[in-house]
Amino acid sequence: MAVDLVIDKKLLLPHLEATDNLDALSQIADNLYAQGYVKEGYKQAILEREATYPTGLPSPRPTVAIPHANYRLVKQTTISVATLAHPVKFHDMGDVNHVLDVDVIIMMAIGEPHGQVEMLQKIVDVIQDDQLRHAIADAKDSDGLYQLLAKTFK
Amino acid sequence: MAAHILVACGNGIATSTVVASKIKSFLAEKGVDVETTQTKLMEVPGKVENYDLLVTTGQFEGQTHGVPYIHGLPLLTGVGAQDTLNKIYETVKDK
Repeated sequence: MAVDLVIDKKLLLPHLEATDNLDALSQIADNLYAQGYVKEGYKQAILEREATYPTGLPSPRPTVAIPHANYRLVKQTTISVATLAHPVKFHDMGDVNHVLDVDVIIMMAIGEPHGQVEMLQKIVDVIQDDQLRHAIADAKDSDGLYQLLAKTFK
Repeated sequence: MAAHILVACGNGIATSTVVASKIKSFLAEKGVDVETTQTKLMEVPGKVENYDLLVTTGQFEGQTHGVPYIHGLPLLTGVGAQDTLNKIYETVKDK
């Protein structure tokens, strides 16, 4: 199955100003809702999920978090990518007592019960690619982010 | 007989999907027959005893009833991924 994922420029949020991780997650989720990709309740699910099972991934900076929520709350599978004006703190997925300074948030809206393996693989490729992570974190505007992501998720 | 691996993450649909697929392709290359089942972390205690190995992306501190447990987060971040795959191979190769 081909990756049926369109990168929507309106979901790319460079230099997002956020006071903390909950503020960042709320802004990204509100935008996904405003653009029609997720249902009401998605934001709440994202926030609850983060509290129970945090999504910060331990890696060298720039560090990435991959928040996501129940597929039933998603209308159309997509990703929303925010780079943060100032890093915010997330707990480490593998060790909840460990706190990470996160620079990039890739919010995954997955609308299928068994995930979407191709999309997830590509997100993992981004996470494991030092150079690409830096390029994404340093992107100047949503056009720059779009170019990088469109190439990756093509 | 195939080895059965239980792969768990927060809601059983996202990171476990990637980890399960990485495990399957690595073990296929090694000639090890394996079946993976994805689940939610909170459902692990009730299911784990029917499996040869538990791999989780998120933190799991519950009871595994003697089933070996390997932390799968390195397969997402890439940091220590090869070690993790080798450990998984060593654990299930004779199942």
